Amino acid sequence: MDKKLTDLREGNTGRVDKIVAGRGATKRLYEMGFNTGARIKIVKNDNGPVIVSLNGNKVALGRGLASKIVLGE
Amino acid sequence: MRNKRIALVGNPNSGKTTFFNGLTGANQHVGNWPGVTVEKKEGKFTHEGKEYDVIDLPGIYSLGAFSEDEVVAMEYILSDDADVIINIIDASNIERNLYLTTQLLEMGKKIILALNMVDEAEKRNIKFDIDKLSELLNAPVIPTVAHKGRGQDQIMEAVLEVLDQDKAHDNPLIYSGVVAHHIDHMEEIFKDQDLNYSPRWTAIKIVEGDPAVRKMLSEANLSPEAQQAIDEFYKYHSSDNFELEIVDSRYAFANKVAEQGVIRPEVEVVTRSDKIDKILTNKYIGIPAFALIMLLAFQITFAIGEELLGGFAADLIEGLGVLVESLLISISAPDWLVAFVVDGAISGVGAVVEFVPLITVLYLLLGLLEDSGYMARAAYVWDDLMRSFGLQGKAFISMIIGFGCNVPGIMSARTLDSRKDRMITMLINPFMSCGAKLPIYSVFIAAFFPGKGGLVLFALYATGIIVALIMAKIFNNTLFKGEPSYFIMELPPYRLPIAKNVIRNMWNNVSGFIVRAGTIIFSVVTIMWFLAVVPGSVEPYSQYTLLGRIGTFLTPLFRPAGFGTWQESVALFAGIPAKEAVVGTLGMLYAGLYMEEGVQLVNAIQQHFTQLTAISYMVMVLLYTPCAAVLGIVAKETKSFKWPAFLAIYTFALGWVAAVVIYQVGSLLGFS
Repeated sequence: MDKKLTDLREGNTGRVDKIVAGRGATKRLYEMGFNTGARIKIVKNDNGPVIVSLNGNKVALGRGLASKIVLGE
Repeated sequence: MRNKRIALVGNPNSGKTTFFNGLTGANQHVGNWPGVTVEKKEGKFTHEGKEYDVIDLPGIYSLGAFSEDEVVAMEYILSDDADVIINIIDASNIERNLYLTTQLLEMGKKIILALNMVDEAEKRNIKFDIDKLSELLNAPVIPTVAHKGRGQDQIMEAVLEVLDQDKAHDNPLIYSGVVAHHIDHMEEIFKDQDLNYSPRWTAIKIVEGDPAVRKMLSEANLSPEAQQAIDEFYKYHSSDNFELEIVDSRYAFANKVAEQGVIRPEVEVVTRSDKIDKILTNKYIGIPAFALIMLLAFQITFAIGEELLGGFAADLIEGLGVLVESLLISISAPDWLVAFVVDGAISGVGAVVEFVPLITVLYLLLGLLEDSGYMARAAYVWDDLMRSFGLQGKAFISMIIGFGCNVPGIMSARTLDSRKDRMITMLINPFMSCGAKLPIYSVFIAAFFPGKGGLVLFALYATGIIVALIMAKIFNNTLFKGEPSYFIMELPPYRLPIAKNVIRNMWNNVSGFIVRAGTIIFSVVTIMWFLAVVPGSVEPYSQYTLLGRIGTFLTPLFRPAGFGTWQESVALFAGIPAKEAVVGTLGMLYAGLYMEEGVQLVNAIQQHFTQLTAISYMVMVLLYTPCAAVLGIVAKETKSFKWPAFLAIYTFALGWVAAVVIYQVGSLLGFS
């Protein structure tokens, strides 16, 4: 089942399935490590930007951008 | 024979600056890359009696057309100016750092990998199989801890070895599928062309659809057939996402390298960084914590820079004045020279130099904040609020940098992706009160708010932020409409600031301040002094002098704001070349006026201002036209004279309105 990154709670993990953003934003996300299959762990998801962990390294994403990342199991 | 040249390439936060400082020490200089305002750092390094040039490229995540930094780095590497590249890798974040490495390998350059900050990775229980990494990447890999100098000798050994090789090793990354087919096809076409860069790399970049490379090729001397092949490729494949497939392949390679060469712990170690983040990024505590950190920074700046050390500097300048005066008199120098040196140069420039300790502490603290990793958290906690003013969190970093100096603050707007964000961020940056304005505030604080320095400064800086945000909102609804660009930002672990980096950064700023005092401010004060003593037939420093008449002419403009003397009006204009000259000019004019009484600048200000007009004057200084250097950088960054002119005028109007409102409302309420 596919979920938006913003739907996940703190401590949950998922793998990037696809990104439904503009071409430039999508490529940048890919280059920052949000490429197909990358394993993401949610560190913080309240009202501000989302903080995720990629291999233990933290990245903050604006909520708008984070909601464009679709995660699979 | 020219020195061999070593270029440093790496991600932001990979410790590249520390590495550079470690190699070159004090032997470095900072300039700009030609044609752009991207900072270029170069230094020299001697190993076994041989000198090497070291070039520090901007910190980047990728080599493409995403930002000016990336284009600068790519063009430099392509230029073949560097004989070898040291790629600095953050050992704790190997996959993403290797993504950049894959692109360096594609370019076919000689590279050495510095696996940096291995000590930090070891603390997180991450281990490395160095030989395996080296084998997989087909390049030397050296573990380093840049701030301790660990690994530096091995790096240089590797450099010597690599320099001896005829050419770089082959790229171990192999593409597959449709992408590979297109790359091979393009490579065949480019092989027969007269290109300055490798056909393979060019082919990859074309399939990747990199606009910077397309532009480079359109300027290259391609045959019509080759040009047609490129055009056709884009015509038929514009909707294919080859660029994403290419990124995926590069990451697949980076992941494979990491899987085989890095041993990660089963359970991630909870670091001290994680614990600090729980507090500093908390949705309720985040912003108050930021305010507290800033308040604390200003309190310390004032307590140490002004109250503890400020006196020494003032005594030093005063002593120097007395010494020089008696020296000049003893050699029976002409009166005008004595007057110029004592009243003009020493009182004017001295009034600025007295603040060196204050500025030093401010830059030290800002440097500590920057080096600690806190800035990224500040951007994070402010993102939400910034969004309601039409900007995004990253723009807030430009604002904090502006506290030190607006010029780098404005330059850092380049990291923002949309033009709208960049323009607004540049136009509001001057409200971030810079270090050069600090001397002005401290004189007024000493005169009217002794003991409350930190608090008054905090209030001024906070006012600056609030005005900046309101103006951002207004620009967002008028000149630059649109959504704020997306926010994506790495949150590097908190690190103990590295003394070498912080001190170097502080010294660059403080020496800049001293150089300005000796050049621009000296010139402005000299001109002002000259205007204040001519014509010789009138009383010097009086309103009948040329300067006095100019000031008197301007005074009605400022009278509604409460500062009604000609000296104060003239000083504001003297501040447009450089802000420190406000204090310099006041110091010079009042010293001339009260020559015999030996009145200090602070006492003179007490006689000319009230608490209320001191506030309106400080607010005027906070908001009005930024210095010439700022206007210049805005012209350079926007490539137009329209925007700096607009900036100069609107900030002046805003400062004037604010000062008038404060004075008029304050007077009505019975303050004085």
